[in-house]
Amino acid sequence: MSERYGVDTEKLKEVGIEFDPKKRSGTFLQKDQEVQTFASFYEGVEVMSIKSAMEKYDWVKDYFWKLLRRDQDEFTKEADSEDVNGYFIRAMPNAKVEIPVEACLYLHRTGKQKVHNIVIAEENSEINIITGCTSHPTAIGMHIGVSEFFVKKNAKLTFTMIHSWQNNIEVRPRSAVMVEDGATYISNYILLNPVKLVQMYPTAYVGKNARAVFSSVIVALEGCTIDSGSRAVLKESGAVAEIISRTISRGGKVYARGQIIGEAEGVKGHLECKGLILSEKGEIVAIPELIARHPNVELSHEAAIGKIAEEEIFYLMSRGLSRDQAVSAIVRGFMEIEIKGLPEVLKATIDRAIEDMKSAL
Amino acid sequence: MLRIVNLSVEVEGKRILHNVNLYVKKGETFALFGPNGSGKSTLLNAIIGNPAYKVVGGRMIFKKVDITNLPTDERVKLGLGMSFQNPPKINGVKLIDILSHCAKLGGNEGKIIELAEKLRMKDHLHRSINVGFSGGEVKRSEILQLLLMNPDFVLLDEPDSGVDLENIAIVGSAISELLEREKKEREKGGIIITHQGHILDYVSADYGVILYKGRVACVGDPKDIIAQIRKNGYEGCVARCLKDME
Repeated sequence: MSERYGVDTEKLKEVGIEFDPKKRSGTFLQKDQEVQTFASFYEGVEVMSIKSAMEKYDWVKDYFWKLLRRDQDEFTKEADSEDVNGYFIRAMPNAKVEIPVEACLYLHRTGKQKVHNIVIAEENSEINIITGCTSHPTAIGMHIGVSEFFVKKNAKLTFTMIHSWQNNIEVRPRSAVMVEDGATYISNYILLNPVKLVQMYPTAYVGKNARAVFSSVIVALEGCTIDSGSRAVLKESGAVAEIISRTISRGGKVYARGQIIGEAEGVKGHLECKGLILSEKGEIVAIPELIARHPNVELSHEAAIGKIAEEEIFYLMSRGLSRDQAVSAIVRGFMEIEIKGLPEVLKATIDRAIEDMKSAL
Repeated sequence: MLRIVNLSVEVEGKRILHNVNLYVKKGETFALFGPNGSGKSTLLNAIIGNPAYKVVGGRMIFKKVDITNLPTDERVKLGLGMSFQNPPKINGVKLIDILSHCAKLGGNEGKIIELAEKLRMKDHLHRSINVGFSGGEVKRSEILQLLLMNPDFVLLDEPDSGVDLENIAIVGSAISELLEREKKEREKGGIIITHQGHILDYVSADYGVILYKGRVACVGDPKDIIAQIRKNGYEGCVARCLKDME
């Protein structure tokens, strides 16, 4: 088994961490509370530990707890401590960085991992971040991840988070995003492996003519509870939000939440929760919410939960696919959401998860 | 090539076909007529093995193999192929993915683009299958899939409905090719369901059959049958057939 900083490299690859300066514009790895490495390979990007960032810039502390409240719940309170660590990623003004920055949070021992991340896309910048969160097979504990994102005027931030935990880990991300005027925030979330519990409800505050898009693909295996939602507050005129989730229960329990709040003239939002339930033990609860606080808003949602339609399987079989092939094609299609720059190895992970699912049917 | 013997079929517990007998020889094409609800689609779905159509009596023999209890994919591998009237929309499953499977089955891997152009479906290759397709596009996509599969026996459920005048000639010539209608020595056979008979302006058929209330009521020259249906309606036509049989 090959290791980097005492972490299995296969495990890292699974969540998109490659340590390859040709494929990444920056890298960061934190193991438990200790930051192992960080580097930037591109001049428009800064990647460092949050502690180094605070040493370098005295203004970094002003970004702490700007979008989230310290006393929001017991987990934010716990993260608000001296030994908190995490990453600081910043795209400089006007920098367009297509190659993604990678950041990994790894839980190795038994206990709690507390993280506070700050991400800043300065005005007119473009940045793409892949965050992989994973744990050692024998680790037992909790990951508390506070993340505050600042997407400044006309900037674009694409944030892809891949979770690959074990079934004895509890995960409590607490995230909020400020999407300033004309800016774009795109979030992709992928969870395919077992986990004891994930509970999160990231919120984007969307400014004038700005856009927030949340896409998530979640597979809940037996014994897993996943309570995951996305919220967009459309604060100023012309703000747009789209929340798309695809959840599959293979015996686990999923709460697929979504909330769009329209607070200004001419804002638009659409929420789409689709669930596929593949086991009698499973449960999917779709909770889409639309809140309008202005007469001229356009908010819509669609939610649908079902099993794979026999009619679709039959149709594909009539083209010569076996039943198994038809089921995997349909599940793959169900999970297909456009994720730009998804690492190859991650596509392979998705394929493996689909293969697993097929055998469970 | 295909022999249907005393076939009875139920859909959602309701008997639709009653003791249907039909024998299609190699090289022959049958046109299947009948009013709505007479069992035309049921017959074709039963032949291809749609599990929603339950065979409760009789047998189907294709190329000397009893296919009555075979799963659909095995029937398809034996050489059956079907174009559906209302195929399902499947999100995320791209037309190109299905076409690749069809092409592999028919040994036509190199022909996908050429045939997609011919059927005017090239712009749809990377779209989810049937999602947002117009009626005519669905039919062209169905025929395109069949061309790539190159089946020996073709089941066509209303391939002409919803196809506009501009495209009906394209669809017609593709079906003619599928059924080898232009060849003197034909290896292929098929059954075409047609409501209005428009497709028969482009595809010749050897026999016409009227299904009426789940039974085979008339067999004859397809052009005569259409003329009769247009003149006397299905009931008149069936009454005449029965009289002729006496």
